[in-house]
Amino acid sequence: MPVGLGHYLAVSAILLVLGVFGIFLNRKNVIIILMSIELILLAVNLNLVAFSAALGDLVGQVFTMFVLTVAAAEAAIGLAIVVVYFRNRGSIEVEDVTMMKG
Amino acid sequence: MLTAIAVFFPLLGAALAGLLGRPAGDRASQVVSIVCMIVASAAGIAAAVLLGTGAADPGTIEITDWISAGTFHVTWALRYDTLSAVMVAMVSTVSMLIHVYSVGYMAHEDRPCWRFFSYISLFSFAMLMLVTSDNILQLFFGWEGVGLMSYLLIGYWYYKPSANAAAIKAFVVNRVADLFFTVGIALLFFQFDTLSFSDIFAAVPTHVANQYELFGTSLPMLEVIGVLLFIGAMGKSAQLFLHTWLPDAMEGPTPISALIHAATMVTAGVFLVARMSPLMEYAPVALSVVAVIGGSTAFFAATIACAQDDIKKVIAYSTCSQLGYMFAAAGVGAFDVSIFHLITHAFFKSLLFLGAGSVIHAMSGEQDMRRMGGLWNKIPITYAVMWVGFLALAGIPFFSGFYSKDAILDAALGTPGGVAFYAYITGVAAAFLTAFYSWRVLFMTFHGTSRADPHVAAHVHESPAVMTVPLILLAIGSAVVGYSLDGTFIGLHWQSFWGASIVSLPGSNPFAHMESIHGAVKWVPTLVGLAGVGTAFLFYILQPRIPVWLATHFRPIHVFLVKKWYFDEIYDAIFVRGTLAFARLLWKVGDVAVIDGVPNGLATLTTESSGEVVKLQTGSVAQYALAMVFGVVLLVAVFLLFR
Amino acid sequence: MIATIGFYVFAVILLASATMVVTARNPVHSVLFLILAFFNAAALFLIAGAEFLAMILIIVYVGAVAVLFLFVVMMLDVNFAELREGIQRYAPIGLVVGLILLFELGLVLTGWHFAPSAAEIRMSPTPAALTNTAALGNVLYTRYVFLFQLAGLILLVAMIGAIVLTLRDRGAVRRQRIGRQVARQAEETLAVLNVAIGAGTDEVGFLRPLPDATPAPDHAAAETHAMPHAAEPH
Repeated sequence: MPVGLGHYLAVSAILLVLGVFGIFLNRKNVIIILMSIELILLAVNLNLVAFSAALGDLVGQVFTMFVLTVAAAEAAIGLAIVVVYFRNRGSIEVEDVTMMKG
Repeated sequence: MLTAIAVFFPLLGAALAGLLGRPAGDRASQVVSIVCMIVASAAGIAAAVLLGTGAADPGTIEITDWISAGTFHVTWALRYDTLSAVMVAMVSTVSMLIHVYSVGYMAHEDRPCWRFFSYISLFSFAMLMLVTSDNILQLFFGWEGVGLMSYLLIGYWYYKPSANAAAIKAFVVNRVADLFFTVGIALLFFQFDTLSFSDIFAAVPTHVANQYELFGTSLPMLEVIGVLLFIGAMGKSAQLFLHTWLPDAMEGPTPISALIHAATMVTAGVFLVARMSPLMEYAPVALSVVAVIGGSTAFFAATIACAQDDIKKVIAYSTCSQLGYMFAAAGVGAFDVSIFHLITHAFFKSLLFLGAGSVIHAMSGEQDMRRMGGLWNKIPITYAVMWVGFLALAGIPFFSGFYSKDAILDAALGTPGGVAFYAYITGVAAAFLTAFYSWRVLFMTFHGTSRADPHVAAHVHESPAVMTVPLILLAIGSAVVGYSLDGTFIGLHWQSFWGASIVSLPGSNPFAHMESIHGAVKWVPTLVGLAGVGTAFLFYILQPRIPVWLATHFRPIHVFLVKKWYFDEIYDAIFVRGTLAFARLLWKVGDVAVIDGVPNGLATLTTESSGEVVKLQTGSVAQYALAMVFGVVLLVAVFLLFR
Repeated sequence: MIATIGFYVFAVILLASATMVVTARNPVHSVLFLILAFFNAAALFLIAGAEFLAMILIIVYVGAVAVLFLFVVMMLDVNFAELREGIQRYAPIGLVVGLILLFELGLVLTGWHFAPSAAEIRMSPTPAALTNTAALGNVLYTRYVFLFQLAGLILLVAMIGAIVLTLRDRGAVRRQRIGRQVARQAEETLAVLNVAIGAGTDEVGFLRPLPDATPAPDHAAAETHAMPHAAEPH
């Protein structure tokens, strides 16, 4: 059967959930969290593009470009923070990152 | 004008002594206050003489407006009539003599005493304001003023806890009485729409039938006002039930016991009743109450005085008893006689107090008569003036007390009615007891062998001239005032002397009542008095074992008298304990637990709950991310459910 | 037909590689799986007709972001022999929450229809004759130019931020300072001396560095001072 909007949305949903799992299931290091965020954003992009194609509206794609931009910027900053944190603390184990304890 | 000088010069003296006393020193303040009092005294006597001889007319000296609020209008004004002038003359003169006496009495103090002179001058001002007031609110101002100065002076030695307690007791008991007084003033205003004496007295006859609705019962308005004002007078003049403060007031220095608690402040109540005579004459029930309370107080206080050992307490109870006499006289309608007794009493009672002060001064502070004795040849002047004072007090013929006291008893016997007869009986009984306890004091203090501590006995010395001269002057007054003023004050033409200041309805003329007593009955009080002297002589000179035998065999009665009829204990149990317990409850529960507890509890709640909430901040980034995910899921669920 | 098969293939590989990103033991493997996921997503974009975005995805995400991830993962000296294994203690609850999320997404998507007037409210209808790139260009530089500029600003800020966060000044390294070099005067650096025959350097009396040259420690102090100021948050 031809690929419809629903298929794309299903894929996007599962990708989102996988990204969400990745945030709290990992015990290895904080970079996995950042990568999971990238996955989530990818899911969102897929969603937008699917709707853009279904509706024939270019706005979806324009928005996707902006999401892309922001994702790239956020990944850069996030990684910079991780690098500086590692420099100062020597570890990026998820359970050791508790400096914000109140 | 003279009245204004008499009233305001003490204020000037008080202000100068009080404000400049510390830099100027004791001597300067003493001189200033005494000079002002001499001027006031001279002006007061001159004003009284002028009015009495008819050279001046009664009138009112307006000073200024005080309160002007709608229909409520009160001014400051000095009333110049016979009653005021007589009182002004007496108050200023006695006060002046006591100022002079105090110079010697307070000379042994180790602290500066300019404060004392400022206080007694200020007290004199308040008392003079009280007696010259033209409206009842101004009278109340003077009333409260003397109450305040009494508090300050009783507690003059403020570092003594007993003095502080006595001062507070005096103030509180007076406050209880003043509550009734204030209600009386309010009722006066509601009835007469004015507080000025002239207006009230003019309107009294038309308001006789007015009724006062209270809790469903209907009472005659004038009776209610009369009773309320009299309750206020009861507090100020230490009558039965509201007398408990007077003996304790002896904590103050002896000059003020003489000034305040013999001559002036305690007589303010009698003055009030006499001043309100135009109203009281129309309130026979109130007058009956006055007479009953007065007679009862006279008897009751005399019984207690027989059992006291402190010389000042005996004289204090004696004052209480004599005030009862004055009220008894007022209660039977003989207001002029009560004022006459007030004047004579002022002389001999202040003489007795100052004499007691002289004895205490000689005995280096000893006040217990059981440790005195054998002083008559060591302090002869004091001994002589005390004899004069006691002769006047007991009503021995020719001395002033004889004229005024016998007039009271004659008036009581002559007035028809059971109440007046009760006043007569209690008065005669009190006369016997008065003579008894007076000579008891004389014999215990001055006669017999000295029971004093040898060290004290060695120091016994007569007081300096600055103390003995006022004593002698007062003794002269005690001796002659009665004889000389008898005809003027209570004689045939008493009504023309007093003018409109004392009113007597036709049918209750005190002179007529007194004149109706003839023959041997007139001499009953004198005989009773002499019997009292004889009994005291028997008990304390001839057979000293008798009082001891009586005290041991009638021990309950003796203790009952020594404990002042247990009034203090009863009041403590009924009023004081309950109030203190209630206050403690309000403090512990109301203030600490509730009022403090609420904000403290809120604060504790805030800090503890935030302490719990802070546990959410684990610092773990992964957990924060997890929390964010939970939040997203929750929000989506909410959106799905409620869209 | 081809599109359908292609869709399923790419979708399956996408989801599989996404799973591997999360569960791979070696973080480098995770990054590589992420790259694979991106490629497949780009393919899906192509199938949907957004070819410009597909290419952009590959160039930007794979070429820049994923490579950045790779650099950082390899730079941080994470000893993966020490990596702990085992189920996270939040796994059960996390699993439940994830499934709930999936369920909710399903609810949303299945219970939802296009509005009848959806066709009329399209903001930028896809033009028929143009290529995707040209159409995007038409829209992006005209109607959304401010957002475009703003996106560029965001990138600028990110760039500055990343540099500021990670810049580290090594005091022990001697660097070139052009300004000082150019401002050098002959008088302060050269001196002509008359040396006697046979005299050694000790007797002549000159030593390096020259007396009026600025000593070296000051430079290091000046440079290390510059670093903390730049590292302060703006």
